Amino acid sequence: MTFSMDFLAGAIDLAAVLLLALGIKGLSRVRSARGANGLAALAMGLAVVGLLIEIHPDPIAWLWIAVGSASGGLAGLITARRVPMTAMPETVALFNGCGGMASLLVAVGVALFDAGDAGIVALVSIAVSVFVGAITFSGSIVAMAKLQGWLDTPGWTQSRLRHGVNISLAVLCLVAALLLPGDPGGLALWLLVAGASLLGIGVTLPIGGADMPVVISLLNSYSGVAAAAAGFVVGSQLLIVAGAMVGAAGLILTQVMCTAMNRSLVSVLFGGALGASGGSVGGGGSEAGYTRITSCSPEECAMALEQAERVVFVPGYGLAVAQAQHALRELAKLLESHGVEVSYAIHPVAGRMPGHMNVLLAEADVPYEQLLEMDLINPEFPRTDVVIVLGANDVVNPQAKNDPSSPLYGMPVLEVDQARQVFVVKRSLGAGYAGINNALFEMPQTAMVFGDAKAVLNGLLAELRAMGVGKVKVAA
Amino acid sequence: MTPLSQSLWVLLLGSLLGLELIGKVPPTLHTPLMSGANAISGITVLASLTLIQQAGSNTALLVLGALSLGFALYNVIGGFLVTDRMLAMFRRKGDSR
Repeated sequence: MTFSMDFLAGAIDLAAVLLLALGIKGLSRVRSARGANGLAALAMGLAVVGLLIEIHPDPIAWLWIAVGSASGGLAGLITARRVPMTAMPETVALFNGCGGMASLLVAVGVALFDAGDAGIVALVSIAVSVFVGAITFSGSIVAMAKLQGWLDTPGWTQSRLRHGVNISLAVLCLVAALLLPGDPGGLALWLLVAGASLLGIGVTLPIGGADMPVVISLLNSYSGVAAAAAGFVVGSQLLIVAGAMVGAAGLILTQVMCTAMNRSLVSVLFGGALGASGGSVGGGGSEAGYTRITSCSPEECAMALEQAERVVFVPGYGLAVAQAQHALRELAKLLESHGVEVSYAIHPVAGRMPGHMNVLLAEADVPYEQLLEMDLINPEFPRTDVVIVLGANDVVNPQAKNDPSSPLYGMPVLEVDQARQVFVVKRSLGAGYAGINNALFEMPQTAMVFGDAKAVLNGLLAELRAMGVGKVKVAA
Repeated sequence: MTPLSQSLWVLLLGSLLGLELIGKVPPTLHTPLMSGANAISGITVLASLTLIQQAGSNTALLVLGALSLGFALYNVIGGFLVTDRMLAMFRRKGDSR
């Protein structure tokens, strides 16, 4: 009986690992992604069932398992349902932080109460799990707070001082980790918890908003490492293999995202925020330095749209903030019914996170085929009549191509300056994440339409309808 | 093979597998993939369950285990659902709503 049960648990574990691997692989392709996510969820369920068969919890254990699962599961369900699509990056950061916290708690629990007969491997694993788990938790929470706008980038974190602080904290952690095996439940443990938590904050706090996705991806990789370390602590090979897989895959994803932004991981982690006022979101920047700004009303913009044959929208973070994706879709539909060719130019890092814009526009039922990535759309700009930039800034800055002295120099950008006419919808002349002026705004073919993206889009819709656009189609 | 060296093999092979699984990712999928991988990293539920089982009648350990299970499941359930919500939006032209 026991033998066959163990055999069953082992077989389930193997199936779970296989499904997890297939799940991660499938998630990197558009066609298979949704199914792959389900597969990974199934694998997780299998792994839990396999473990429960193996360990045979007693009634008391069942009670606590029920309490923990019900509270965590319900909270997860509610969060996942309620959170708006625009807040996805910070939500992922929050979930990730909780995963790190879970590994941390397991390691602390074992260290405090169950370390009597633990071997050196388990003790070292406890140190690693506490260290990585605490960094993941505090770093993720800081990342979330920064993305939510609850935290700014404090000035001192941009000075050299922070390296000194972080190095001291790292040394403290190392010493505590070395002392921990000698006294698992004692002072060293708490020093390690405190040091690693502070280190997570100290490392994440200086990083500017635009780089935050990379940091979240890296922290995600850490939480895999923390899980693998927890696997060593409790002696679960399934946990080790799954944690290692996620840790390694997360590292690759981090690298892919860095490449998309033309940033190196080292400069993201140690370079601080780009520019002096990096991290300030929307409208906070200075308006100094612009001399040749043309602004225009939605009416003038609508007239240009009415006569255009080919229009490209460039959505950015401002669109997300204004929740204007549905208004944009409506405008695009109206223009299409008028015979205008419409597409959307998606910069790899548009929005708050790579792929963020695709998600938002998909929510508004924008056909997937109309979302064109940078390499596809850039050659099309010279034959585009009107480009409308909606709350994007740094990703359309021509200085990234032309001005070697610009901090953005080298970042691939959408070459909207090649189009015949450009309208930039923006709340103010405030700087973007990079905290620098945008040469595009001063170009002769550019006009600024000041206002909230949603309000401007609704204004454009009203103007176009007043001109009779869209009615022709109905009559025909 | 001792349990330790066996575990180290598992760690090594798992890491290598993870490195190979993801090659080129279209930018569209960066956020969902990150979110999905994040949900999987909540696999640490297994450690929480083991901790609860090993706790016996130690209430403090039971509480820690249940807390940890709660956090981990929050990560798992929330992570998978949110990923599914994002991916559900990638519909092709002609798909009905």
